[in-house]
Amino acid sequence: MSKRLFVKGNEAAAMGAIEAGCRYYFGYPITPQSDIPEYLSRELPKLDGEFIQAESEVAAINMLLGASACGVRAMTSSSSPGISLKQEGISYMAGAELPGVIINISRSGPGLGGIDASQSDYFQSVKGGGHGGYRIAVLAPNSVQEMYDLTMHAFDLADQYRTPVMVLGDSVIGQMKEALVPNPRPVRELPAKEWAVRGKSGGEQRIVKSLFLGDGELEAHNWRLHAKYRQMMEKECLSEEFETADATLLVTAYGSVARIAHTAVAMAREEGLKVGLFRPITLCPFPEEALKAAGQRAGRILDIELNTGQMVEDVRLAVGSGVEVSFYGRPPGAGSLPSPEELLDQIRKHYA
Amino acid sequence: MQQVFTRPESLKDVQTHFCPGCQHGTVHRLVAEALDQFGVQQKTIGVASVGCSVFLYGYFDIDVVEAPHGRAPAVATGVKRARPDSFVFTYQGDGDLAAIGTAEIIHAANRGEDITVIFVNNTTYGMTGGQMAPTTLVGQKTSTSPYGRNKAKDGAPIKMAEVLAQLGGVAYSARVAVNSPKNVLQAKKVIKRAFQFQAEGKGFSFVEVLSSCPTNWGMAPLAANERIGEEMIPYFPLGVFKDDPIAQD
Amino acid sequence: MRHDVLIAGFGGQGVLLAGNVLSYAALDDGKNVSYFPAYGVEKRGGTANCTVVIADGAVGSPVVGSPSVLVALNQGSLDRLGSKIRSGGICIINSSLVDATTLKRSDVKLVSVAMNEIATELGDPRMVNMVALGAYAELTGAVSLEALAEALKAALPERNHRFIPANAKAMESGARSARGE
Repeated sequence: MSKRLFVKGNEAAAMGAIEAGCRYYFGYPITPQSDIPEYLSRELPKLDGEFIQAESEVAAINMLLGASACGVRAMTSSSSPGISLKQEGISYMAGAELPGVIINISRSGPGLGGIDASQSDYFQSVKGGGHGGYRIAVLAPNSVQEMYDLTMHAFDLADQYRTPVMVLGDSVIGQMKEALVPNPRPVRELPAKEWAVRGKSGGEQRIVKSLFLGDGELEAHNWRLHAKYRQMMEKECLSEEFETADATLLVTAYGSVARIAHTAVAMAREEGLKVGLFRPITLCPFPEEALKAAGQRAGRILDIELNTGQMVEDVRLAVGSGVEVSFYGRPPGAGSLPSPEELLDQIRKHYA
Repeated sequence: MQQVFTRPESLKDVQTHFCPGCQHGTVHRLVAEALDQFGVQQKTIGVASVGCSVFLYGYFDIDVVEAPHGRAPAVATGVKRARPDSFVFTYQGDGDLAAIGTAEIIHAANRGEDITVIFVNNTTYGMTGGQMAPTTLVGQKTSTSPYGRNKAKDGAPIKMAEVLAQLGGVAYSARVAVNSPKNVLQAKKVIKRAFQFQAEGKGFSFVEVLSSCPTNWGMAPLAANERIGEEMIPYFPLGVFKDDPIAQD
Repeated sequence: MRHDVLIAGFGGQGVLLAGNVLSYAALDDGKNVSYFPAYGVEKRGGTANCTVVIADGAVGSPVVGSPSVLVALNQGSLDRLGSKIRSGGICIINSSLVDATTLKRSDVKLVSVAMNEIATELGDPRMVNMVALGAYAELTGAVSLEALAEALKAALPERNHRFIPANAKAMESGARSARGE
């Protein structure tokens, strides 16, 4: 076993990026994710990489677009208001089928909101985010270890499907420290980047673009993007289940609040309540099939989020009308992180 | 028989689809000749912008990345940092570069990115139908300045070549026009000089090219060409505003 | 085995460093640990607190609603957080700055340590956090004093390693005070 390190979630994501072979980072400071650019500004130059503190989030995502068009692994990170600014570039990258990793250590909103942990960016993240019909893969770590592992995974998904991939965390996951085992990069067979610009070098002209003006061209392009999403849905869904086998109440939660819910579920089990936890790890593609099975087995779901109800819509769609789905939300703000005891109360209330 | 005029290697053998009298074709040719001259076609990555300029990849036989509106200098930054051995230029219009992309051009220039920016200034938004641009002359009527550009309300036209010359990272900044054979020849020299800086890794180079948009100006090509000399050049003086090979040292 | 503690004070009292040192000590012991900081938006002078969970198995929630131990370094922290301590838990207060009589709880063990006085006596009032850690280790057995002292190496930047002996002494003094010596 590798040595256990003790690092912040944000640092773990930056370390995962480096392990994944990312040598190009473009970002702009914003709380609570600035540990990521701070770490990479220190480490990338040692690896002959490039770190640019861009003039804006808009510029940063477009630098990522440019680097990615060259076929290298590149990343940006930000927090909610900054991610809004990046949506233009994310849409262009999705349109041009460019890989790239975007880390969102989300904060509370709308507007300037605050810096507290929040899951209010769920819709924006999983439904495309920018203009035009597209989806990007979205991964939701719930620990420092997963910040590292899933950031590496994000680069593989990005290259495999030629798509931007978002790692969606919050200040709990980003700011807390835990033990990290810096596992080596996973091995995955990836397609060669034969589309990347390099200067013709005696070969065919390569064009990276999202403008399609020919008759029927854009429609076909949209269906191709959709087919990639369906393929991800088939092959790349990730989720975790805890005590779901005999559960008659299923709690659904992701990211930081899933950690709190995990303890609440364990406390409920100690009281003899048959409660389980279903945690989507990929928010897009959403693990519909696995959730459907677990949800129908339990017959009743309590969805818990740090917002006024977003993922709960996908939960309802996944399990269908036969399963009763309730929601408990703590919209973000100072002092609004629920405790395990508070969630246990909700579990008791919804337990039939 | 001696051949005196050929198509540059860096251009494709295609028919132009630009409007009659449009000078994009002229500027394309000057850029392509410069690429040929430096022998860099095979390692050039062009960055197209939004507007009529987007069709770069249809005419140039080089690798091209298309940037969102105004963001070409940021995209080019990413390209050049990832592929420092490549030859990178952006090709942008005035709305793209001097309005929506002001932050990106200023900061790419100020960082001294080793790229070349070709800025085609025709004082209007061409592709969207002739709206007022940041470079529209005072009094000039456009589809969104039907009473003429009002300096008090719309500000004065922005002189990008002069603005950028002030920045520490800029090695070369110049303005040329393509309205006469003499000016075209001068433009060719200036564009070559700009690329020279990149070839030698000496920092950011910028060439503003005054050109016409007969369609949106509502003028015949010849009259449009005359307007460049009579109205644009007096306000946007031609010349080299910075030529500093040691800017990066 | 599972320990959780909420360490709270005002910015500058070294609350976050104390949480880090405790975490490193438990980590070196082979335990699973989560360290979750919360602090005001301002860089200095605001309130600061951190939650440390130490467990043999999975840590679970890094957020703790009712900690088994509260270490309150200032009055505001006790006022705000005293009611959250789990019944049967421990409240360690810095009696130099905190009025013990304000905690109206009969179901919590109250331990007063004059942390500022002890730290000042040892030569540096900034070591309040180390005195607090010593008291915590003594009362809970979550980590040993030796492990805490060792953890200073990991938690402090190299240039501050010269302060380790003094800090270790502060921990010992905190432990002695918690024992009632």
